[in-house]
Amino acid sequence: MANVLGKVKDFFGGLFKRKERVSADAGERNNWKAWLYLAPVIILLAIFTFYPLINTVVIAFLKNYNYTTGLSDGFTFDNFLNVLTLAGRTTTQETIYRWNTTYDAVTKTYTGIDSDGIACTVYFQTDVIKYALPNTMLITFITVPASIVIALLISVCLHSIKAFQKIFQTIFFVPYVTNAIAVGMVFAVLFDSKGILNYIFNLGDSFFWIDRAAPWSHGMIALCIYIVWHSLPYKILIFLSALQNIDKQYYDAAKIDCAGKFKTFMNVTVPMLSPQILYIMITSFIGSFKEYTSVVGLFGSPSTDGGSTKNMYTIVYYIYDCIKQPDTVARGAAAALLLFIIIMIFTAIQFQVSKKRVHY
Amino acid sequence: MEYDSRNFIQKLFGMKSREQKQAEREASAEYQAIETSSMTLVIKEGHTDAAQLARAQKVGKIIGSIITYGFLLFMSVIILFPFYWMIITSLKSTTEIRGNVQTFFPVTVLWSNYITVFNTFDFVTYVGNTLIVGVISTIGTLITTILAAFAFARLNFHGKDLIFSILLATMMIPGEMMVITNYITVAKLPWYEFGHGMVNGWLTYKDSVFASMIVPFWVSVFYIYLLRQNFKQIPNELYLAAKVDGKSDWQFLWKVMVPLAAPTLISIFILKLMGSWNSYVWPQLVTAKDESWRLVTNGLRSSFSTSAGEPQYGIQMAATILVTVPLLLLFIFFRKYIMKGVGRAGIKG
Repeated sequence: MANVLGKVKDFFGGLFKRKERVSADAGERNNWKAWLYLAPVIILLAIFTFYPLINTVVIAFLKNYNYTTGLSDGFTFDNFLNVLTLAGRTTTQETIYRWNTTYDAVTKTYTGIDSDGIACTVYFQTDVIKYALPNTMLITFITVPASIVIALLISVCLHSIKAFQKIFQTIFFVPYVTNAIAVGMVFAVLFDSKGILNYIFNLGDSFFWIDRAAPWSHGMIALCIYIVWHSLPYKILIFLSALQNIDKQYYDAAKIDCAGKFKTFMNVTVPMLSPQILYIMITSFIGSFKEYTSVVGLFGSPSTDGGSTKNMYTIVYYIYDCIKQPDTVARGAAAALLLFIIIMIFTAIQFQVSKKRVHY
Repeated sequence: MEYDSRNFIQKLFGMKSREQKQAEREASAEYQAIETSSMTLVIKEGHTDAAQLARAQKVGKIIGSIITYGFLLFMSVIILFPFYWMIITSLKSTTEIRGNVQTFFPVTVLWSNYITVFNTFDFVTYVGNTLIVGVISTIGTLITTILAAFAFARLNFHGKDLIFSILLATMMIPGEMMVITNYITVAKLPWYEFGHGMVNGWLTYKDSVFASMIVPFWVSVFYIYLLRQNFKQIPNELYLAAKVDGKSDWQFLWKVMVPLAAPTLISIFILKLMGSWNSYVWPQLVTAKDESWRLVTNGLRSSFSTSAGEPQYGIQMAATILVTVPLLLLFIFFRKYIMKGVGRAGIKG
């Protein structure tokens, strides 16, 4: 492989030899070569990152877009309205709405006969507003602070000990090298109504966490515990390696000033770790906005719905469900764009807030 | 200011200063008689002497370390418990798992769960698929990463900083933005059944599905960043020496830089391989048509999720162990590389 590429390079080298001699500046001389080295990355990124980015934005504004045919009915905002359920019923839905329909409050569907005389059911898309968005926000605002605080505590403790430090460090890293789906299934066993947790805490086997009969709040608690458990190792690793890089002088200075343990932690450790805390905060905010595999691992495959699966919808779960059908893909694109905007806003806020508090 | 005013007041009223008082006291006969050699230091604050203070500090330290170790032990039990439970559940019978009394060790060790897994869950096929996808995409990533990192670390060209920051910016974009279009792109491949409803040419539908699990993942901006940092640490003198010896950039890259950056490359190799082993979402999308093309994680979740009636947790956990153990083995053997590679991100620079 290296040989072939070398020959390709020599070939191009021959082509550009004249130019190479003319320019004396080293930077200039490397110019075309550098682009050759970058070519694979740039081509792949263009096809699989930059083009999709633009295309997804376009799709989000297309009416009745169908990806098997690539056809659409022009520009519209309906996809966004559909996602946010403000309006945006399709024509058939509107027809049903006007003609004789019956509304079922339990399933939240309109049943009736459309203009062609065909009986049909219309589901109103309340998934995002009712489930996905609140769930995603809740997951983010519970798991991110909780896991950062726990990870900080563990890494400060780890840093303060001498014996067994390596062993503990290794133990705390183990969840990182596991499969999110596989461990999610293990947690499903732990949280089973006849599982070990109910047994230990004596809750009885009618206390449901993740079964179909489980109330939303229980499912959410189980999910958050699992997400925190799974997100700890990375944070601990980052914090610990940052702690080990803090200059001892600061702690000596704090000791001379008779600062207590807590005061030292708040006034020395946290400010010294602030770049890492910001980094962890931004990455875990983005990560928890995209929570998906943990839900699948804990609650089941995305093909099963009903029961508590729909309750546990997240934005990304919604997007992947949309991709599966050709006619809802535009809605998925709209949701993805909204997710992107939400993430950008939160990241910008965090950078803004941290401007004064982070010490580089 | 304060001191000056006190001085002024002292002078005004003919008062003795603290220093004068001390000197007078030291000059007195009483003071002279004190045996200084048998004196002990007494710290007035808190009404304790130095020995007591030292003892209190020692006790505090011991209590502190007991609390610290206790907390760490407690947390590591929480961290490790799911693994323990996974192992023992895989050896239990369904009646024992669903029984009213939970046992912390299986009453009868049931190895048959594993046999059932191998009979019902096509583990070997899935692992084979995962290895094909994992190894090819990892090698591809390594090649593109080495080339790009070299260009960013060693070569000069117009717009270098701009392109590098654009690349870093792509890390902030959620992958879901790309997935939709990438799925459409992949589905439009000429030999993809989805496009024309028929298979033609020397590439089959299966090939295109595998290609779609490999090619889009040949670039990783994070690894480019990681390797660039490593390449930058290689001293300039080596490069100039190689130039004097008449070596080209290409030779320098493969003969000097790559061997020097081997630890980072090993980290990237292992992390990427683990990423392929754990990937779920994209393979689930593109292999929807045929279950035998799935990767190991997809096979895992869909195999035992909906069995009639009671879930077969024992068999499920046996399959979970089969998926988890290779990862743990990789971790045991390459712990240093994995932790170094992952931890590098948080260190600034």
